[in-house]
Amino acid sequence: MKPHLRTCIPEWRSDSLPDNTAYEAGFLVTKNSGWRDIRPVIDTKKCTGCLQCYLYCPDGTIARCGNKVSVDYDFCKGCGICAKMCRHDALRMEAERR
Amino acid sequence: MTRPTARNITEDEYFFGHKACAGCGGSLAVRMALKVLGSRAVAVLPAGCMSAVGFNFPQLCFANNAMISTFAGTASMMTGVEAGLRARGEKDYQVVGFAGDGGTADIGIQALSGAIDRNDNMIYICYDNEAYMNTGTQKSSLTPFGAYTTTTPAGVKIRGNIREKKNMFEIVAAHGIPYAATASIGYVDDYMAKVRKASEVKGMKYIHVLAPCPTGWGIRPDETVEYARMATDCGLWPLAEYGCGEYSLTRSMKDPGLLRAYIRGQKRFRHLRDPDIEYIESKRDARWEHINRSWKAP
Ligand SMILES: Cc1ncc(C[n+]2csc(CCOP(=O)(O)OP(=O)(O)O)c2C)c(N)n1
Ligand code: SF4
Ligand SMILES: [Mg+2]
Repeated sequence: MKPHLRTCIPEWRSDSLPDNTAYEAGFLVTKNSGWRDIRPVIDTKKCTGCLQCYLYCPDGTIARCGNKVSVDYDFCKGCGICAKMCRHDALRMEAERR
Repeated sequence: MTRPTARNITEDEYFFGHKACAGCGGSLAVRMALKVLGSRAVAVLPAGCMSAVGFNFPQLCFANNAMISTFAGTASMMTGVEAGLRARGEKDYQVVGFAGDGGTADIGIQALSGAIDRNDNMIYICYDNEAYMNTGTQKSSLTPFGAYTTTTPAGVKIRGNIREKKNMFEIVAAHGIPYAATASIGYVDDYMAKVRKASEVKGMKYIHVLAPCPTGWGIRPDETVEYARMATDCGLWPLAEYGCGEYSLTRSMKDPGLLRAYIRGQKRFRHLRDPDIEYIESKRDARWEHINRSWKAP
């Protein structure tokens, strides 16, 4: 369970819902990737799966992936906390456009 | 129940796609609490950054049921939600509130006090970024001494906030609440354990989590967790619990000397002079004398 992107915007005038902004939970229509000028890059050889980056990501964009982690670049804002939390030097921040 | 860890908590994300600033401590506090509480949590958020970044219709960033309350009415809306769920015969739900420091210690304090008095079965979480951040950084009663805000500017005669940070944890505890705790986004394991514990205690629970705001504190987005840790390690933000009339520390001061680096590293304190920092140190030391005398050691 996780909020996810929808292709159409909601139709908010329905019979079942009040005529206001009450709507289905987890309804996303925009990504956050455009906020970023640096991106975290994982060195899977160095990653020990300690999950510190996963635990401290304010945006929940790092997922457990087997015994490693992966980044959701659609929603990562490039804050860099993950790279600071990694004790194994497995996460590096790189410029978004080189 | 077992202690929540990075490995055993749910993979679900309940606060995702939100528009908080990069590195926002408040958003980490909301995310991790909901990962511990799960899909049956119903969240109430007053005006403040976390509602502003979570509900931008039609971008709705909570996967669980969540709604916005009036600024002053977080705890009273929680009471209504809890009563409604009970009346409908719902089971296994958790009513949780996420309010800022302004929403908690200033405008929402009487609703909170009333809810503690009624001992309703719910969890109130104050994410404390030490000012009214969503409106551009104004002083609240949880803004620390010396901090620059737009309503406590730093000039020649007055150097930032002249008042002390209100002791919200002990004010709440003085009600005789079943469970209260302080926590920090710098120590997420400890925070998750406290949220889990709160979910298992019957009656009203209060968790006060320090959640640095890079935008309002003047630190880099990748520094929020470090500054949250430093606040605890230098003794300004002790991590503790209250229950059955007793206070107990869960993490003590590590290095009193860190206070200077904590203050000097933040733009909101940059106008402070050495005597101001010595004053902050003396206040901290007086508080620790009291803590060491009367709280249980970790
Ligand atoms: C009754 C009322 N007064 C003022 C406001 C304007 N307002 C909206 S958010 C906010 C700041 C909230 O500060 P805090 O509770 O500390 O949360 P933060 O934004 O820092 O997360 C203010 C003053 C409002 N929405 N309602
Ligand atoms: S202003 Fe501060 S509290 Fe508000 S979203 Fe930005 S970082 Fe978070
Ligand atoms: Mg605030």
